[in-house]
Amino acid sequence: MIKLENIHRDFEVGDQIVHALDDINLEIQQGEYLSVMGPSGSGKSTLLNLIGMLDHATSGSYYLNGKNVTELDEKQEAETRNKNIGFVFQAFHLVPRLTAAQNIELPLILAGIDPSIRKEKIDKVLEELNLTDRAHHKPDQLSGGQRQRVAIARATISEPSVLLADEPTGNLDTKSGHDVMKTLESLNDHGITLIMVTHDVALGDRSKRSIKMVDGRIESDTLS
Amino acid sequence: MIRTNDVIAFGWQALKGYRSRTVLMLLAMCIGVAAVLMLTALGEGARNYVRSEFASLGTNLVIVFPGRSETTGQGMGTMMGVTPRDLTLDDAIALTRNPNVQRIAPLNVGVAEVSWQNRKREITVLGSNSELLKIRHWTMARGDFLPETDWDRASAVCVIGTKIRNEIFGAHNALGQYIRLGENRYRVIGILASEGRSIGMDVEELVIIPVSSAQSLFNTPSLFRIFIEVKSRAAIPNVIKFAEDTIRARHQGELDVTVITQDAVLATFDNILGALTYAVGGIAAISLAVAGILIMNVMLVAVSQRTSEIGLLKALGASGREIVFLILVEALLLSSLGGLIGLIIGHLGSWGIRAALPDLEAYPPGWAAISSFLIAIATGAIFSLLPASKASKLDPVMALARH
Repeated sequence: MIKLENIHRDFEVGDQIVHALDDINLEIQQGEYLSVMGPSGSGKSTLLNLIGMLDHATSGSYYLNGKNVTELDEKQEAETRNKNIGFVFQAFHLVPRLTAAQNIELPLILAGIDPSIRKEKIDKVLEELNLTDRAHHKPDQLSGGQRQRVAIARATISEPSVLLADEPTGNLDTKSGHDVMKTLESLNDHGITLIMVTHDVALGDRSKRSIKMVDGRIESDTLS
Repeated sequence: MIRTNDVIAFGWQALKGYRSRTVLMLLAMCIGVAAVLMLTALGEGARNYVRSEFASLGTNLVIVFPGRSETTGQGMGTMMGVTPRDLTLDDAIALTRNPNVQRIAPLNVGVAEVSWQNRKREITVLGSNSELLKIRHWTMARGDFLPETDWDRASAVCVIGTKIRNEIFGAHNALGQYIRLGENRYRVIGILASEGRSIGMDVEELVIIPVSSAQSLFNTPSLFRIFIEVKSRAAIPNVIKFAEDTIRARHQGELDVTVITQDAVLATFDNILGALTYAVGGIAAISLAVAGILIMNVMLVAVSQRTSEIGLLKALGASGREIVFLILVEALLLSSLGGLIGLIIGHLGSWGIRAALPDLEAYPPGWAAISSFLIAIATGAIFSLLPASKASKLDPVMALARH
């Protein structure tokens, strides 16, 4: 369902060209749990952003659910992102002036969904993630683990097929990190495709499939 | 596509979220709008004031005075000796011979010493006839105005203003008393009501005597003015021509008087004050533009402060156009709210001006209220286009990484 063919992503740094992604070929099936590992600068975040359509390939093709999304215009891209892809960031990226519930609501607002339906969905996801009593707290009144769970709720509220997580536990202590991982994995158990970038070997070992990147290339692709 | 209601709610939350920035911009906007309103209210007040001053001079009024307008001024000092021929009482009588003339009042002005018992003071004395009261829309407080007699008949009666009455007579009854003007004594037959206002003359400080009495008092046959009240507005040009022809014929073919209408003078003042109102309104509108630039700056700062938020919105599926929409609506909310507060403050301020200066009917004109509000909204929109387009072009990867 995700298929990358001969993907190149080049950056110009001064008068040098850096190959952040160098001829990537990758296929990921629906419901897979994949970790992307590698040293910093290996291109793992660039790969994640490209799958999330925040970044664009210099050349090559990207098929999402059988559709070549490299051909979409900006508006269609935004729509596809809204419907199919959820992001979880290391820095949470919650809007500080909005409450937990309002943050979770954002993707639904952008999709133009009716307020009564929005309310229903939010209540449901808050309960699932054990955040109901935190619904009206602002991010600065939440713990790190709670913040990341709010971010996960926001990422999954539109029921996307793919969840992209970039170092989701990077800013959390071990205990909260463990909780967040459990949450992500339980979502994967329910069918969502989970792609996680991490440099933590212990985390990487939890996934069923693991790819290792070096210098913009996939060095290894292993199933455990 | 995002719902408009949600965009407004989102913008409103952003305004509430950054309170000091919001208050600052509201202040800039509302000062601009309020300034436009108050300054134009002042301009309009001045215009109305001049209008009412002229209205008190009488309606459909044609004024004849000696000398052509290109000669020396019109002050009281010029009433004697400047023109080769005097404007006489006979000239005034000749001017009555036109069916369009409703009434005519000749006018003589001078300064004399008035005294009663041991009190005396300098006073402006008008010489005229019974018609002056109606022409100038004055009213009597007590007694009667000058009697309707032949204009060339002097009689020793006078009408006085309230201030003169109070100063000279104090607690005594003034009616029927004799006051001394120069060598002669005049019986007080009436007291003018004091509400009248009139350009160049304070009704409260006047003594009015028959015109021929004034001619002998000041020892001159010359008139200062002839007021002609015309029956209808349409007949004014006809009467002007008649007056000019009559005077020319009586003055050996030379037109040595000026005939003006009060309308012409009023129109000139009206134009000047109208232009002034637009000018001050325009100057105040510049402050609105300054407010717009402030909005642009603050929005630019807001965009860079909220870079990661905008990156996030893109990651969550907002298109560039939706980002522009969000920023624009936020700015519009801000500027329309600022404009609205400005309208309220401007009206309150104008009310304050009216309370402080009751003579000035300082109501902000409708066009000023509407246009300043629209300018406020337009500047808000125009000056947030740049920040909005900057936000929409943000690279989400960079925006999110900057956190």
